[in-house]
Amino acid sequence: MAKFLEKLFKKDVQKKTHVDMIQTTPLTEEQLHPAGANQMTIRPAQLIIGCGQSVGLQRDHNEDALFTLTSVIADGHGDHPFGLVIVADGMGGHRNGEIASGVSARAVAKLVLNKIYSHFLDYQETPIDESIQEILEDSINEAQKAVVHYAPGGGTTLTIGLILGEQVTIGHVGDSRAYFIYSDGRLQKLTKDHSLVQRMVDLEEITEAEAMVHPQKNVLLKAIGQPEPFRPDIQTHQLPHGGKLLLCSDGLWGVVSELDIFRIINSEKDPILICNHLVEAANEAGGPDNISVILVDFSGI
Amino acid sequence: MNSGTPETRSMTHPLDSREGLSQLPSGTVLMNRYQIQDVVGIGGMGSVYRARDLHFPNVLKLVAVKEMINSAPDPLVRKTIVQNFEREANILVTLNHPAIPKIFDFFTFEERSYLVLEFINGLDLEAILKRSPEPIREDQMIIWAIEICDVLEYLHNHKPEPIIFRDVKPSNIMINQQNHVVVVDFGIAKVFKFGQKGTMIGTEGYSPPEQYRGEATPQTDVYALGATMHHLLTHRDPRLEAPFSFADRPIRSINSAVSPELELIVKTALQYKPEERFPTAAAMRDSLVLLAKKTGALSRVNSGSLLMKEQTVKPVWQFAFEDEIRGSATIERGILYAGAYDNNLYALDATKGQFLWKYPVNGGVISKPLIAEGQLLFGSEDGKLYSLQPATGRKNWEFTTGAPIRSSPKYSEGHVFFGSDDKNFYAVNITTNRKSWAIPTEGAIRSTPFLGTDLLYFGCESNEFVCADFRGQVKWRFWTKRPVTSSPIVAEGIVYFASLDGIFYALDAKSGWVVWRFRMGKGSISSPSISNDYVFVGSADGYIYCVERASAREIWRFKTDHQVSGSPLVYKDAIYCGSADGNFYCIDIKSGRQRWKYTTGGPITGTPTALNDVIYIGSADHNMYAFMA
Repeated sequence: MAKFLEKLFKKDVQKKTHVDMIQTTPLTEEQLHPAGANQMTIRPAQLIIGCGQSVGLQRDHNEDALFTLTSVIADGHGDHPFGLVIVADGMGGHRNGEIASGVSARAVAKLVLNKIYSHFLDYQETPIDESIQEILEDSINEAQKAVVHYAPGGGTTLTIGLILGEQVTIGHVGDSRAYFIYSDGRLQKLTKDHSLVQRMVDLEEITEAEAMVHPQKNVLLKAIGQPEPFRPDIQTHQLPHGGKLLLCSDGLWGVVSELDIFRIINSEKDPILICNHLVEAANEAGGPDNISVILVDFSGI
Repeated sequence: MNSGTPETRSMTHPLDSREGLSQLPSGTVLMNRYQIQDVVGIGGMGSVYRARDLHFPNVLKLVAVKEMINSAPDPLVRKTIVQNFEREANILVTLNHPAIPKIFDFFTFEERSYLVLEFINGLDLEAILKRSPEPIREDQMIIWAIEICDVLEYLHNHKPEPIIFRDVKPSNIMINQQNHVVVVDFGIAKVFKFGQKGTMIGTEGYSPPEQYRGEATPQTDVYALGATMHHLLTHRDPRLEAPFSFADRPIRSINSAVSPELELIVKTALQYKPEERFPTAAAMRDSLVLLAKKTGALSRVNSGSLLMKEQTVKPVWQFAFEDEIRGSATIERGILYAGAYDNNLYALDATKGQFLWKYPVNGGVISKPLIAEGQLLFGSEDGKLYSLQPATGRKNWEFTTGAPIRSSPKYSEGHVFFGSDDKNFYAVNITTNRKSWAIPTEGAIRSTPFLGTDLLYFGCESNEFVCADFRGQVKWRFWTKRPVTSSPIVAEGIVYFASLDGIFYALDAKSGWVVWRFRMGKGSISSPSISNDYVFVGSADGYIYCVERASAREIWRFKTDHQVSGSPLVYKDAIYCGSADGNFYCIDIKSGRQRWKYTTGGPITGTPTALNDVIYIGSADHNMYAFMA
């Protein structure tokens, strides 16, 4: 037994020295920056969340809603980083747009915190008998009920990131977006817009570039609050090591290119400042719509 | 011919390089990898060689190496040709169809570009026709034509751009050893045909009128297939006749054995105006299938070409054990090891299926043998884990548990890990042959463990699923409603397994949180396998499921006629899986459609093993089978 333990230990030590000696091709500047930032091992693993919001330059009121929560419980059982981030982009006459986005974000947060977060506060840690994806789908159904009740005729997009340990589960309806930003210099769109232009792109009727300037680019095929039944997109991914998660409304991605988004994210370390810069960039590009941005930095995960 | 000025030098360049058109001598090694054996064909652009892939030193892996010599005089044109070649090769690499040779590699070296392809052992239709004094028989023609339509349809539906083959003719259609069509000589070679007759490509005699105007549509290929069929059914070479004169030579006036229906199909394909031909290759295939059914000439054909392929699949070898094979085989250094209910562990020559030795124990062997640190390890119904010498079958040592061992052993860090029906999960040091630790559980452990870097996972008959570290400390447990016999697999922080409660689970590997549940029609003891974004699992409801890992969305399900308790194997672009209906299935990984099946004499419950394009599977009919992938 002792021998076995020793062997395990040895393996660890060997691994480290081995890694140090590996020769690789020189890293690009982009790769070096995040790699340097994450060299230190951070314990317990935790999430740093920043967010930014602006009414934009051409609208008179804000119909976007956002929600963020981050928490860590670290004990003998291990680290349990928890994070919940939500972006909702409301639409509809009177004040229905802002009500729809606001009640949706609250309804989701309420159910997720009741069912999942409360589990962390339960010393017995009784197992949850539902899956994370089922709970997230239920929470979106709650948002739907809330919109029908409080903002009839209104609607909203809803993009949720639920982070538990090393896995993030994304719930999505509409055309707000979630992206992974990898430390090796890639930006990956995780969500698919439920929009008419995206459908046309899929059918190869128009190109991505044409979609960006299409007159009907605001037409959604799926939104919270719509009378017809729908199923949200739910997916779970492993967090990219040393990477980030970005959630944003079309007020950002509609006017700032993915390349610029990526550049801004890598020009700064503090997620709050990054979000601020992203909002500024959208306003500098004319700010035609409300802008909501959330950035989650996974340190030590 | 003195090349004094730059002009004359460039004029004479093609001649100079023609002198350099020498073939590679056998023994030449390209890219430190492909050893030229022989010239198997000569094309307009260079030679085709049979070569050996030296990356597989222990087996003879043959590839075809197609050489294209870039003889363009102008450096800019030469560069464009190489760029076109690489662009086309990149398209071809993405093609995935049983009738298209796989492309393994391509590279350019000086003025020669090379394409490394799957080696097709067979003859082309021109050679087959030359050898036969008689025309091709109608039955055979229909089978081949359906397969050609199938691959043309695949190419024509290629996204984003349809691929028009442009050069369907007997010499471009190979028939392999299994009597299946393989189309060869793609457009790739044609980028080297600069400046010959403008942009016209295709072979005279087989090409339709519009191709001479530079047009190429799916109907172009339909016409050329019609011309090819006309040639094969009449034995009259269209290249020796006036262009577009097929109408003057009705098939039945030359070969009265051909049915009027088939004559009509060929005639339709050969219409002068494209719009009067079959609109698509699929439409032509449908007509051929309909004819095959109607005449009864092909009672074997019932729903398209894919079903026919299964009929002709034959094992490379089969070897009969003395009782049922319930487990899986392991292959190492050319030897296949597998156990059977006849209480023996067998060693066979994996390439020929010949008996080498067997080792008798006191119970059936259903676990998959393991080779680790030069030892052959396996468990038996007699409750013991055995260690043998892999070459000779002589015993090193044995380790006794209190009940049958059905869990297959796994190896890590000097230890072998396995479960037993005595409700313990063991870590045994393979040098000292002693137990390092055991994890007691509430039920028998028949699931094979998954060993990760820090944690290991296994299921129990007591409805629990256990995650432990390598010191034997349980990190978390998860309860299902019925036993977990399925063996887990971990990818990207998620552990996947099925349960007899009818649910396929995805849990967070570190914490045991349920990420998603996928409901199947019945319980399952099948073990999942993974390919990229998808996970595959069988169920007692008779289906093999393909599920997207991120979303738990069902991509496809494949129906077998009985319970699927074996586990699917992902190999290249196909899923191989047995069923209790006795069939061994090969399923296209993307579409979930059957490519072929082979019917054995008993239920199949093991997991297939693959090595060097051969798939091995045992059946309860006592036989171990080897199939070409």
